[in-house]
Amino acid sequence: MEAEFFELAQRLAQQVRSDEVLTLWFAGERSDFVRFNQGKVRQPGSVAQRRLQLRLISAGRQVTSNLSLSGTARDISTCTTTIETSREILKDLPVDPYLDYAREVRNTQARRSANLPSADEIVGQIVRCADGHDLVGIYAAGSTYRGFANSLGQRNWHETASFNFEWSLYDRGDKAVKSGYAGVEWDAAQLRQSMDSAAQQLALLRLPARRIAAAQYRAYLAPRALDELLGLLGWGGFSAKSRAIKRSPLLRMQEGQRLHPAVTLREHTAAGVAAGFQSDGYLKPPSITLIERGVLGDALVAPRTAKEYGLLCNGASSAESPQSMEMAAGDLPAAQVLSALDTGLCINNLWYLNFSDRAAGRCTGMTRFACFWVEQGKIVAPLDVMRFDDSIYRMLGSQLVALTREREFLLDPSTYGERSSASSHLPGALIDGLTLTL
Amino acid sequence: MIEDLREEFGRLRAEAAFWSLRFVEQASETISVRADVAEPPRRGIDRGAMLVALADGGYGYAATSDVSLAGLQAALDRATNWARVTAKHCLLPESAANQPAPRGERVSPAINASRLSRKELYEMLGAECRAAAIDARIIDRYAELERVEAQQLYLTSNGGEVYQRYCYTFPHLSVSANQGVDTQTRTLSLQQQGGDEVLQRAGLAGGGLRLAEEALTLLGAPNCPSGAMDLLLMPDQMMLQIHESIGHPLELDRILGDERNYAGTSFVTREMFGNYRYGSPLLNVTYDPTREEELASFAFDDEGAAAHKIFLIRDGVLQRPLGGRLSQLRAGLPGTANTRASSWNRPPIDRMANLNVEPGASSLSDMIASIEHGVLMKTNVSWSIDDSRNKFQFGCEWGELIERGKVRGVVKNPNYRGISATFWRNLRMVGAPETMQVLGTQFCGKGEPNQAIYVGHAAPACVFGEVEVFGGE
Repeated sequence: MEAEFFELAQRLAQQVRSDEVLTLWFAGERSDFVRFNQGKVRQPGSVAQRRLQLRLISAGRQVTSNLSLSGTARDISTCTTTIETSREILKDLPVDPYLDYAREVRNTQARRSANLPSADEIVGQIVRCADGHDLVGIYAAGSTYRGFANSLGQRNWHETASFNFEWSLYDRGDKAVKSGYAGVEWDAAQLRQSMDSAAQQLALLRLPARRIAAAQYRAYLAPRALDELLGLLGWGGFSAKSRAIKRSPLLRMQEGQRLHPAVTLREHTAAGVAAGFQSDGYLKPPSITLIERGVLGDALVAPRTAKEYGLLCNGASSAESPQSMEMAAGDLPAAQVLSALDTGLCINNLWYLNFSDRAAGRCTGMTRFACFWVEQGKIVAPLDVMRFDDSIYRMLGSQLVALTREREFLLDPSTYGERSSASSHLPGALIDGLTLTL
Repeated sequence: MIEDLREEFGRLRAEAAFWSLRFVEQASETISVRADVAEPPRRGIDRGAMLVALADGGYGYAATSDVSLAGLQAALDRATNWARVTAKHCLLPESAANQPAPRGERVSPAINASRLSRKELYEMLGAECRAAAIDARIIDRYAELERVEAQQLYLTSNGGEVYQRYCYTFPHLSVSANQGVDTQTRTLSLQQQGGDEVLQRAGLAGGGLRLAEEALTLLGAPNCPSGAMDLLLMPDQMMLQIHESIGHPLELDRILGDERNYAGTSFVTREMFGNYRYGSPLLNVTYDPTREEELASFAFDDEGAAAHKIFLIRDGVLQRPLGGRLSQLRAGLPGTANTRASSWNRPPIDRMANLNVEPGASSLSDMIASIEHGVLMKTNVSWSIDDSRNKFQFGCEWGELIERGKVRGVVKNPNYRGISATFWRNLRMVGAPETMQVLGTQFCGKGEPNQAIYVGHAAPACVFGEVEVFGGE
């Protein structure tokens, strides 16, 4: 797709008048999606899509248009018509005081290929591995493409191929083990190993479930559970605009409140899999420190926010949310998690988080999948699902006991509209006194 | 384009026993004003097609943004190949003989109506934004309008053809006030089908000032009290309550287990239909695709099933699930025409479409007068529920304390929690038609691959007894 996109950009740049600037953001993918239920194929299919964001800028005004591209000769006429329409619209618009775009030409190129057997071979392996288990989940694989070009001559390309198989093995009702296998090199042996590991945990879920009362409990949040909590904070918590309009869930940190000194968070683009540039052509720095030893650090700043509030853009997209979140490791060896927990909850997954008091950083959500009651360092029973409702300043502040020494690299399986390229690299967290309410 | 597609479809060739094409084109424009600055218009045309093939007892799909004959043929070939190579592993052998050949058309009357110009809309939004600047504590003012027109063509190899065209208007206002470590926000949103008349129905004019005054009131208000008490939910919170604790648990694909890896399962089982007491006898819930202005009104679902109003819960007793043709076959239950996809690039699955609570007989004043100790809540701001759709916790922007039958003042950060299986049985009053509002959301998430889809919810105000209510920090 790269050659087609850059050729299209070249031809469109020739149409741009001397007082105009054209920017183009391309997002494409060729993906296979195979949905499973009861260890069999529920819905198999493919999606091939190409989307272009075309922005025409002139005399301090701008219009943005999002288009579907066909990848054929029709695209040039589609874009030409869009440019002409944009010129007409621009005539009636006021000057945009917060208009910004990358003026310094910085070209980049990144490609990562994958080594995948054919989809039907992988489907066969999964069905054979699932034999005897109630497996439900999704296999998503293929190439994703992100490109930027402008009429100033900048060209950026980011192309990755990968797979992400997310599945659950069910025992009964809502008792299940959630697993993920993602990467660029498909290995049947590793799939088998992951499936066997999930099956072993499933055996623990067959124990009689423990129903516990609403109270405060010592709890271990595995990296996938912590990922849900940090994902919620990413909804405005690290956004420069949200800070400016005082709508950040970390508002109290803006006023001086701190988290535990073990908490250091970074947007670590260099270690993630997302593109290193954004739709206005700005490049992202390798790393941005969002929280340093419990103290609020830098925000993610999009170009428009930078203009409005006199800040320096650091390559954030307009959503100003982390794409490559990394949390510093702690010193608790993963092998000692259960003994350090002693008696309490081992929470492997959280689900459906939201704010119960956004300004105060108070969050709620559910336990899900394989969560266990632990006594004297030993798993004794699976838990029935419970709701927590607690403040971030307690969970990652006053009540945080330790973070694990080992971390997990998690690829976001989200596929709303397109396959996500977000990732996170996180430890687990041991908390003393997590508040359960229902 | 539509004529070209009909012609191209006739030229497609496949070795499949059945195939279909679903073309979707969605044109949109969003304009906004923030803090008195007109933000640039964001326009879009999303266009593509999904080809589905049934071959050798298997099913496959392929979606493409290349709607040329060559692009469609390549997608059909790929869909056919998927059907063949996965046939031996498929959960549900699909028969071409079961496929309907629907024929029909629905075109929204708003499509050809005259519309306000972009300039007029900017002025309207700008006026609301300016009107909200009433106090130094007002820290953010935002006004937005999104207009969407969509058309969809469904063609099948056995002669089916359905064409549907939609027009949507989505006004939105948001005003935030801040003092120290407290920020309070009030919003106004309406998601409906229709043209400029939606702006009147939303009460956009005057909304900026009202929201600003309300945000300031909240800043000075006490936190919502805690305890078990009566809860009066206004329609803009009822819609969320219906959505999460009736709509999703009644989706048949969840009951059949398809969603267990992502959106979740359901506390509802197949055996409950026809006998389970879901709520008090006052509870009547319908799947209703016939209200012209409601967000998910249509004549046919995305597999061509004709859509009609159906009672899902009658007098509190569960009657039917929300399940389309295939789910009905799998479960052996009657259902609804709700096999839907978010766009051309996602396969249709069971979605709730329009799900409404039918009105009762109580006036708002009678409902307030009936409450000895309780809280009125409006405008959803927080939502969370377990994967079986049972244990929930929801929060609202606005609360009003009710004591001895009268509203005593505003409270902030109102939240409540409960369990679906018992919550609806505590429904003790249902508002009359004049308390009803037709609302909806554009962002109902579900499915693997993930899909965010439009759903509509019309509801009256309702009173629930003995609900666990609480406030903020």
